[in-house]
Amino acid sequence: MLKISNLVKRYGNGEPVLRDLNLEVPDESVVSIIGASGAGKSTLLRCINRLVEPTSGSIELNGVELTGLRHNDLRHARRHIGMIFQGFNLVDRLTVMENVQCGRLGYIPYWRAALRRYPAEDIDRAFHLMERVGIAHYADKRADELSGGERQRVGVVRALMQEPEILLADEPTASLDPVSSRQIMELLQNLAAEFKLPVLINIHNVNEAKEFTQRIVGMRFGRLIFDGTPADLDEQAMGEVYSGTQSEEQGEGKTPSQPVVS
Amino acid sequence: MTQSVADRAWSRYSPRQRWIRFASMAAVALAVFWSVATIDIIWPWVWDAPVQIADLLSRMVPPDFSSIHAIVWALIETVNIATIATVLAVVVSLPVAYISAQNTTPNKATLWLGRFILVSSRSVNTLIWALLFVAIFGPGVVAGIVAIMFRSVGFLGKLIGEAIEEIDRKPVEALEATGASHAKVILYAIVPQVVPAFFAVSVLRWDINLRESTVLGLVGAGGIGVILQGAIDTLDWRTVATVLIAIVVLVIMGEAISAWLRKKVI
Repeated sequence: MLKISNLVKRYGNGEPVLRDLNLEVPDESVVSIIGASGAGKSTLLRCINRLVEPTSGSIELNGVELTGLRHNDLRHARRHIGMIFQGFNLVDRLTVMENVQCGRLGYIPYWRAALRRYPAEDIDRAFHLMERVGIAHYADKRADELSGGERQRVGVVRALMQEPEILLADEPTASLDPVSSRQIMELLQNLAAEFKLPVLINIHNVNEAKEFTQRIVGMRFGRLIFDGTPADLDEQAMGEVYSGTQSEEQGEGKTPSQPVVS
Repeated sequence: MTQSVADRAWSRYSPRQRWIRFASMAAVALAVFWSVATIDIIWPWVWDAPVQIADLLSRMVPPDFSSIHAIVWALIETVNIATIATVLAVVVSLPVAYISAQNTTPNKATLWLGRFILVSSRSVNTLIWALLFVAIFGPGVVAGIVAIMFRSVGFLGKLIGEAIEEIDRKPVEALEATGASHAKVILYAIVPQVVPAFFAVSVLRWDINLRESTVLGLVGAGGIGVILQGAIDTLDWRTVATVLIAIVVLVIMGEAISAWLRKKVI
């Protein structure tokens, strides 16, 4: 279970990107986070695995407080947090298998990583997961030879190789065509159930959010302003999350600064 | 019609711009004139050049191949100097590249140390390095190898360092997120991205070093240059011609090999 309380993040001395944010995600649930660009969705996900340093507040994953961790403790905590990226973030010149094994880097000794002598059970697990998502026959191909949908599957398997306790997906379908996009969403939904994982998905496509997730969270200006089932997300709620963003931002005169990562 | 043709007159430069352009051109002309005026040119010798060239050529033909055996061995030595020096320079330049790239250097002090090494290596010509090392190691190939190595470290370190600075940050972020240590992130996210540039730059430097090692002999640091210098000193122009032909052949072969390697590896 993930528990975020009073989370604040500001870049430099600017306006906070996340303001006093509270969110609880129980095990085995898929949560979509929707909101306009710059609402703080990416920053929120990156605060959880500390790619972005929270300014204040607390983030607890299965009883472990993540915000205070340093060096080795932080790396150990990150091993259990899988992340999936909008741009896949694979190492293009490495093979699919090497990319997948990147998920184990936190567990294996340096010499094994350097010589590509991965433990047998890791290789077995990799093939098992690659078969599960349908990319096992690409194991020896270079990552940049695959199509977008296939590359994202590699990203998903890399995250699952970590034996994660939670999956964070930052716009996992935004660079994909509609068909691959639906396939990836379906995959995430099924994997969450199979591995009994909480999954947080930043997503722009509200229809996909409604279709593939049981819970939707709406963000605006760094705050959660909606939290409910897809059925609850009616016209009015959508309006609050999205509409008039432009005019209000201009009217406020102190627009939350765009996060570095979007 | 509210505007007359005169109102719409257009010219590429405003009067002010035209004056600036004229002034800069005048300044360049002045600088050239001043340079030519200050260096001491003996004009009769310049006008005499075509006759001298014809004379030299006539002394060079036909090339004298009698010492071809020694020349071939000197060529092999030249290639070996270039190759060994390149390999050593590659090994030394990697840590230098690492600390002089802004995104991998541990701290400000190491960044400046790296840049200092690069600049000092690059600002001194190979022949000057060679003079220095002939004084230290005595005449011979060791001085030549070390000289070429010292000059190459700056070149390789700078270009590989730039390749490190230009990598895509995204895989680095992804691997940091998996809990991989810094050393493993370098191994998996940075090294693979730098490998193509690394090979291209190394092959290019080998090619350059091959040409540089042909002149090392002029200061006594081994290679084909030693024979060339000896032949010039004894006015043995027909052997000089043979050596020059040999150098051209060597350089063309080096060029071909490096082009083939580049295609093969990258």
